Amino acid sequence: MTLDRRSFIKVLGSASGLALAGCASQGPVGSTTEIMPKGGTRRVVVVGGGFGGAIAAKYVRMLDKSIEVVMIEKNRQFISCPFSNFYIAGLMNDMSTLTIGYDKLAANHGIKMVFGEVTAIDPAAKKVVTTEGTLAYDRLIVSPGIDFRTEEIEGYDARTAEIFPHAWKAGAQSTLLRNQLQSMKDGGTVVISMPLVPYRCPPGPYERASLIASYLKKHKPKSKLILLDANPDVVSKKPLFTKAWSTYYKDNFQYLNGKKVTKVDTGAGLVSVEGIDDFKGDVINLIPAQRAGMIAINSGLAGDDKKWCPVDAISFESTRHKGIHVIGDSAAPASDGPPMPKSGYSANSQAKVCAMNVVNLMNGKETIELSGINVCYSAISEHESVSIAAVYTVKGGKIMSVPNSGGISPVDFSMAKAEHAYGESWLRNILTEMST
Amino acid sequence: MKQRWSMWALAAGTLSLSATAFAAAPTPEMISFACAGCHGTNGGSAGLTMPSLASQSKTAIVDAMKKFKSGERPSTVMGRLAKGYTDADFDAMANFFSKQKFHATQQVVDAAKAKKGADLQEANCSRCHLEEGKEGKDDTPVMASQWLPYLQMQMGLYQSGARKMPEKMAEKVKPLSKEDIEALLHFYASVK
Repeated sequence: MTLDRRSFIKVLGSASGLALAGCASQGPVGSTTEIMPKGGTRRVVVVGGGFGGAIAAKYVRMLDKSIEVVMIEKNRQFISCPFSNFYIAGLMNDMSTLTIGYDKLAANHGIKMVFGEVTAIDPAAKKVVTTEGTLAYDRLIVSPGIDFRTEEIEGYDARTAEIFPHAWKAGAQSTLLRNQLQSMKDGGTVVISMPLVPYRCPPGPYERASLIASYLKKHKPKSKLILLDANPDVVSKKPLFTKAWSTYYKDNFQYLNGKKVTKVDTGAGLVSVEGIDDFKGDVINLIPAQRAGMIAINSGLAGDDKKWCPVDAISFESTRHKGIHVIGDSAAPASDGPPMPKSGYSANSQAKVCAMNVVNLMNGKETIELSGINVCYSAISEHESVSIAAVYTVKGGKIMSVPNSGGISPVDFSMAKAEHAYGESWLRNILTEMST
Repeated sequence: MKQRWSMWALAAGTLSLSATAFAAAPTPEMISFACAGCHGTNGGSAGLTMPSLASQSKTAIVDAMKKFKSGERPSTVMGRLAKGYTDADFDAMANFFSKQKFHATQQVVDAAKAKKGADLQEANCSRCHLEEGKEGKDDTPVMASQWLPYLQMQMGLYQSGARKMPEKMAEKVKPLSKEDIEALLHFYASVK
């Protein structure tokens, strides 16, 4: 970057006309130089290249080649959260099978990539500000995943995640937790703390507990694992996980419900629940409560709860800002009954619905009702997995799962070995879809 | 600035309501795109245990979905998913996938087995599995280039009786040895 030739602004709390309420003073610095000035071509800008963003960018181009698509992504490579529990629990040597790049995707579909961070969105000017410069758009698709509400935990500071990793964004955090588990002495205690719903990947903490318990049973048999669930009960695939725990891990694993961690003490190596119970751990995996990615919050896309972004159930257009669509973990589409889970597959499915309707809206055509799917596999042991599946439709402007469809695997685990293989294929297909 | 934003919110709210009110029923693309997370873009699978649906016989897809829905064909997630769709939806997705370009997979097979399999296919299977399994006819699915692990899993289900083998197929399969069947599957997987 040529600092001398570009004027930079501190977007947050600056006089740039993008002053945003309620933000921290630190953050990436946006550049005011326009990159890729928009000519006569219509343009969709996509913020975030994850399960939602990469698919939205691809499908807009697949559906209408006359629309230019620019995708902005922080990282050159994407690392999948799904299956990262295998790596954490030592069942994968590295994260290569979880990692994809964007070169083929960009080349195959003519998607323009900007590797940088979005620092602000100006809905009125239809412009995003990034660390690399500003970009004008006709429609914007925002898919920034999640961020953590660490301010709700007393004592949580900038260093806490380096000591008590969340490992809820795959990458360095996954490696940190894996290394901590591997270097822990036999006889140690591992504590996982998980937040209240909604959070990214409902069965994820339970899968992680199962695989870590499996690791400890095999490699550190004198050790134990405690899962502190802030929720009053297991929130996903309950009959399957509880059966796996009582069948395989009853000697080294303890599930405790209604345990919301409110305070941490990294020095003492403990987490505290509502000022009543303290839990000491040799390894502490603290998954904080979550909200939409900060760029969505800071851009005024969150609803009254200040956490998630309300969107139309068909177009995924924000109810807060016209011309901006939000998909994936950050989105809270109008729903009747249990909402689509914040999963990779939901983001993939929503991205396609959003892409179709963005293209139709830009072409002055009528929008099309959502038909969506979620399929999610969770490992319960080294060689067995279970699944949940659902089909979604729209009724009265709200997303609902089709009555008498979907559901979880048989509780006798008769399909668990086959589903382990299907899970691997799931990963390969969904990552290939995003990267080609 | 804040005032302007809340006005936008109001305008966006109105727009969203109208967009919802006039939305059309799901198109074949809308229904089928959702399958691609597991079956690959346009039905070209990269997952070893999941079949490609691209260029598949329309009847074979509808037939499979109906059997998944009724439970006649054993499955893990497919039965649960099939219950979320109507017969018209099955037609729509079958129509979409049958029109997609054949998906050639890149997989390593045993060359000797594939060669033996080619002869066995010609002698035993070619009356239904046309064009080396590349063409689906009626309820006969496209076999060519499907992933070997997928083919092996399905043949396992047929042979255990969990998946009912069509009579014409059973007549041909019964006399074949385990090695013959393995060779046939290697052959189908190898066809590009």
